[in-house]
Amino acid sequence: MCGTCGCDQKIEVVTLEQKVLARNDEIAEANRERLAGDGIVAVNLMSSPGSGKTTLLERTIRDVGRDHPVAVVEGDQQTPLDAERIRRTGCPVVQINTGAGCHLEAQMLSTALDRLAPPRDGLLFVENVGNLICPALFDLGERERVVILSVTEGADKPLKYPHAFAVAGLVLINKIDLLPYVDFDVAECRRHVAAVNPKAAVLEVSATRGDALPAWYAWLAQLSTLS
Amino acid sequence: MHELAIATNIADAVCERAAGRPVHRVTVRIGALTAVVPEAMRWCFTLAVEGTVADGADLEIEHRAGAGRCRACGAEFPCADLILLCPCGSADVEVTAGRELQIVSMEVADVRHLRL
Ligand SMILES: Nc1nc2c(ncn2[C@@H]2O[C@H](COP(=O)(O)OP(=O)(O)OP(=O)(O)O)[C@@H](O)[C@H]2O)c(=O)[nH]1
Ligand SMILES: [Zn+2]
Ligand SMILES: [Zn+2]
Ligand SMILES: [Zn+2]
Repeated sequence: MCGTCGCDQKIEVVTLEQKVLARNDEIAEANRERLAGDGIVAVNLMSSPGSGKTTLLERTIRDVGRDHPVAVVEGDQQTPLDAERIRRTGCPVVQINTGAGCHLEAQMLSTALDRLAPPRDGLLFVENVGNLICPALFDLGERERVVILSVTEGADKPLKYPHAFAVAGLVLINKIDLLPYVDFDVAECRRHVAAVNPKAAVLEVSATRGDALPAWYAWLAQLSTLS
Repeated sequence: MHELAIATNIADAVCERAAGRPVHRVTVRIGALTAVVPEAMRWCFTLAVEGTVADGADLEIEHRAGAGRCRACGAEFPCADLILLCPCGSADVEVTAGRELQIVSMEVADVRHLRL
C-alpha cells in the first residue's frame, strides 16, 4: 500500500541521486565547449537592478570594440530597452526576455548563441537579469562571472548576497563618482567581499566618469590571452 | 524567486524518469549553503508539479548542514553561512558540505501492479 496517501497501489522507489540542476549544467558545459571552440571569452555580468551593467557595457563597447570583436546577450524580465541601448553602439546583440524568470539559464544562452552567432575570437558579454540571488545558481557556460555593486546600494551587500559574490572572479564597485554624496565605506565593502571570496579581484570604477576603466579592460584582456 | 526555477527543474527531472507513472513522493537533499529556503521550496514544488504525473506528490527534504575544511591548518568545522573563516584566522576554506542540491529518489505507482 502507498504510505503517502493510503491508496492501494503498489509503490516502487526509484533512486535518482542526481543534481537538481544537472540538465542546466550539461547545457552549460556544451555552451562552454562551443564558446572555447570559437575562441570566445564569455563574461556573465550579475548585479542588483540599476547597478550600471548596461552603462558599463555601452562604454566598454565604445572603448574596446574598435580593436576587438564584442557581442552582447541581454537578459531582462521585460522590455527590449537595454538591447536597444547596446544596438545603438553598433554592437551585435540579442535580447532574451525571461518573463517571470528572474535569472538566465544555460538553455537561454544556447538559443541566444544560435541567433547571435557571436564573432570568433571575441568577447561575449551576458547581462544577467538584475537580481543578486538566483543568477548565481545557474551556470551558463561563461568563462568568468563579474558582480557589479554600486555605491548607492550599501557596503553590506556582499554579506547579504554571498552567493553571487562567492562565484565572482571580479567585483566592480561602480558609481564611485557618487562617493562624496553617499555613506559608503569602500574599505569596509572590500573587507566584506574578501570575507565571502578571498580570491575575487576588486576594482573601484565609474562607468559614467571612466575611473579605473583601463584596469577593467586589462582584466578582460588577460582573460583572452589566458584562453 | 529562484525556488520556483529549482522546483521546475525537479519536476521536469522527476516526470521524465516517471515516464507516465503517477509520482507519490519526491525526496530531495538541500544543503544549508545553497540559498534555498525549504518553506518556499515546498510551496513552489506544489505549483511546479500541478497538472503533471507528480501532481499532489509529497516533497521530502533531507537537510545537510554546512561544513568546511581549512587549507591552512587542516581544521574541519561547521559553517552556518558563506562567510568562511577558520578559527585559526585563515579565510582559505574549502566547503565540504552544505552545497548539496540533489534529487535523491521518488516513489512511483508500480505499473506492473496497475496492469493487473
Ligand atoms: N553616477 C553614476 N551613475 C551611473 C554609473 N553607472 C551607471 N549609472 C546610472 O545608473 C542608472 C542605471 O544604470 P544601468 O546601466 O541601466 O543599470 P543596469 O544594471 O543595466 O540596470 P538593469 O538592467 O535594469 O538591472 C542609469 O541612470 C545610469 O546612468 C556611474 O558610474 N555613476
Ligand atoms: Zn541593464
Ligand atoms: Zn531566478
Ligand atoms: Zn585554519
